[in-house]
Amino acid sequence: MWKGIPLFPDSASTYSDAVDYFYLALVVISIFFTVLVAALVVVFAIRFRTRPGSAGAVQIHGSHGLEIFWTVVPLVIVMALFVWSTKIWFVITRPPAHAEQYYVTGKQWMWKIQHPTGQREINMLHVPVGVPIQLRMISEDVIHSFFIPAFRVKRDVLPGRYSTMWFEATKAGTYHLFCAEYCGTKHSQMIGSVIVMEQADYELWLAGAAAGESPQAQGEKLFAASRCDTCHTGKPDARGPDFKGLWGTQVQLSDGSSVIFNEDYVRESILLPTAKTVAGFQQLMPTYAGQLGEDQILSLIAYLKSLSDPAQGGAKP
Amino acid sequence: MSSTVATPAAEPRTNYLNVDYGWKSWVFSTDHKRIAVMYLITIAFMILVGGSFAILVRLELATPAGDMLQSETYNKIFTMHGVVMVFFFLIPGVPAVLGNFLVPIMIGAKDLAFPKVNLLSYYIFLVGILLTLLAAAMGGIDTGWTFYTPYSSTYSNGQVALAAVAVFITGFSSILTGLNFVVTIHKMRAPGMTWFRLPLFIWAHYATSLIILLSTPVVAITIVLVALERLFHVGVFDPTYGGDPVLFQHMFWFYSHPAVYIMILPAMGVISELISAFSKKRVFGYPVVAFSSLAIAVIGFFVWGHHMFVTGQSTYAGVVFSVITMLVAVPSAIKVFNWVSTMYKGDIWMTTPMCFAIAFIGLFTVGGLTGIFLGTMGLDIHMHDTYFVVAHFHYVMVGGMVTAFWGGLHFWWPKMFGRMYPENMGRVSAAIIFIGFNMTFFPQFILGYMGMPRRYHFYPEEWQVLNVLSTAGATLLGLGYLLPMVYLPWSLKFGKVAGKNPWAAKGLEWETDSPPTTFNFDKVPVVTEEAYAYPEGARHQPEAKVV
Repeated sequence: MWKGIPLFPDSASTYSDAVDYFYLALVVISIFFTVLVAALVVVFAIRFRTRPGSAGAVQIHGSHGLEIFWTVVPLVIVMALFVWSTKIWFVITRPPAHAEQYYVTGKQWMWKIQHPTGQREINMLHVPVGVPIQLRMISEDVIHSFFIPAFRVKRDVLPGRYSTMWFEATKAGTYHLFCAEYCGTKHSQMIGSVIVMEQADYELWLAGAAAGESPQAQGEKLFAASRCDTCHTGKPDARGPDFKGLWGTQVQLSDGSSVIFNEDYVRESILLPTAKTVAGFQQLMPTYAGQLGEDQILSLIAYLKSLSDPAQGGAKP
Repeated sequence: MSSTVATPAAEPRTNYLNVDYGWKSWVFSTDHKRIAVMYLITIAFMILVGGSFAILVRLELATPAGDMLQSETYNKIFTMHGVVMVFFFLIPGVPAVLGNFLVPIMIGAKDLAFPKVNLLSYYIFLVGILLTLLAAAMGGIDTGWTFYTPYSSTYSNGQVALAAVAVFITGFSSILTGLNFVVTIHKMRAPGMTWFRLPLFIWAHYATSLIILLSTPVVAITIVLVALERLFHVGVFDPTYGGDPVLFQHMFWFYSHPAVYIMILPAMGVISELISAFSKKRVFGYPVVAFSSLAIAVIGFFVWGHHMFVTGQSTYAGVVFSVITMLVAVPSAIKVFNWVSTMYKGDIWMTTPMCFAIAFIGLFTVGGLTGIFLGTMGLDIHMHDTYFVVAHFHYVMVGGMVTAFWGGLHFWWPKMFGRMYPENMGRVSAAIIFIGFNMTFFPQFILGYMGMPRRYHFYPEEWQVLNVLSTAGATLLGLGYLLPMVYLPWSLKFGKVAGKNPWAAKGLEWETDSPPTTFNFDKVPVVTEEAYAYPEGARHQPEAKVV
């Protein structure tokens, strides 16, 4: 009857086996304590049951030794589990330095995905085996959550703020993609597939998919089309900061504080330019809220980032 | 009818039930026992309402396609299931019914400190229920019982504001009850009833009341802010108006995690009483069990972030919340080991309440251990918002709190109404509940690890077998819950007359009449011994006659 009925999920990322081992260890510990408690309860209930001629209750007030024993033992076990799980946590939350950047936009009720090479997909994510991939995600409306059970990873996708997650697939195949945070009527249909392919197959797929422009190329066009370049000219007398080499650096603000020039700061400055003005510049920039969608802001970010990437002809940060 | 049953205590005495029969004597009563009975009836009704929603959810999930209900309706039904069960059964269940009835009697007082406030808290509760049912009748809400923003504050089309007002109002009922308990336990103890002579049921209610007083105002404010944002677009949670959606989750869980302990601590208090009474022994390590309640109450305030490991709170905030969460597992484990040790060398009588108590220990152990899975971040990142979470909190809430509620209700039923319930029926229903419960929720652990997200109307076909198993279990579980709802009322008329102390148990509540008189005791009792002072070699009836 159980043949063909799955009881354990596929394991298809570099860290999914580590999560499984930890899970199985916890299952073993849980079975041990459950069986221990259940056995004691059942044995006591039978052995000390009331019956004609039973000895009666022996009054035992307690035992310091036992109390210390069953305080310390669980404490040691849970602390060991904490250390073990936190190691896994740091692996899952810290992406490798050169992970490929994919962009994900969630909205009621679909996932929009853009590859670094420009291909766009909806509710599908094609990725190659053996390449660390980082998703930069944002929601256009409510909170969603990007969940790939086979990779043992999920991350909430928030409106108004970027979140990221990373994985490296190890096994070709098609896996479930779910929205895990309740997001309204069609929450359970905000699903899709993650298709993991061998590198060669992935190249073929990329070639066959409707190739668009890369996000930074789109961003460069948008930079001109939105007239960003009238102020951010890159010249010494410009009315706005020069972006070359700026990515990832500390930027002094006009109020004396500083901020790291990253995705969140760029997004905030596009939508709410008055919030944090770079020192030495007047606040002249208009807001682009309502004019640029999340996808377009992500393209602009990709472009600004490329200006600081030596590999793409940008300046060193 | 009672005159036809021959009993030793047949003399017709006035008690709180027969002192007056007019409807006004009930609806305006300030007697804590009558108010407890009104709560019991109200809550029993809410169990039926919430349970019906649960059955609809399970029936829908018997097939992977959403073929019985529309998604919108399904979402409203699981939301109403959560709202009704959490706010109108799990939170008030033990304190408002058993606590209301027993706290004054157990400490030798004639009523709570503020009897009129007690009545007020009942009516506030009733208004909360009526508004919730009104919200349901006017189209319902589909936000989930967690009301996450900005979905609840901006995007959902439903009676969110009305439901928010209902939950807000209900919170005051909790606060007033908690306040009443704290003052009563501090100021109204009988002569000789020192803190370390208090039954553990009282310690548990004391710890619970502290949590209620400190945390409920936070959820009240949160709910008001959601309503303000929804009605007047005040930007608090929705980034469109300049708010922060994650702020809501912090505020919500700052209440709702301690609320878990509001639900489970009184249940643990019940279990201590049951195990002691039916083992004829003092609770093993009494002070440790008492202080573990306070430890849970205190630590429980600092773990809320474990609901948010994947929301993007900082990596290190997650680490801190995780380690504190691990700590809260320890006092729970201590309680379990002390209960088990209480049974050692006892004189154990497997009555219905004891069957429920043992079921509680098993189910709570599984619920507690699976909480460790979710408190460890490396695993939670996979399990968060899956059916593993659903199974875990049902093991704690339903396997724990509800099982203890049934156990306590059976145990004190003869005290509350003067009649015995049918013992064998009770044991059968306890067995059905235990089996049905495990069949319903154990498959959900497996589904959860495979990745089935919660609140899913549709799900992939390969998970159907486990879902069908769960639905079949739910049917059995429903039957198990219906049985006492039939035989308990039946026993009011046809049950054996109980007498003062049918269990030969220790505790002030067993020294007064069943049912008690309006002021509980004819004269103020004087306490001269610790709680559960069973003598060496204590045995149950019929051996008790020999002693």
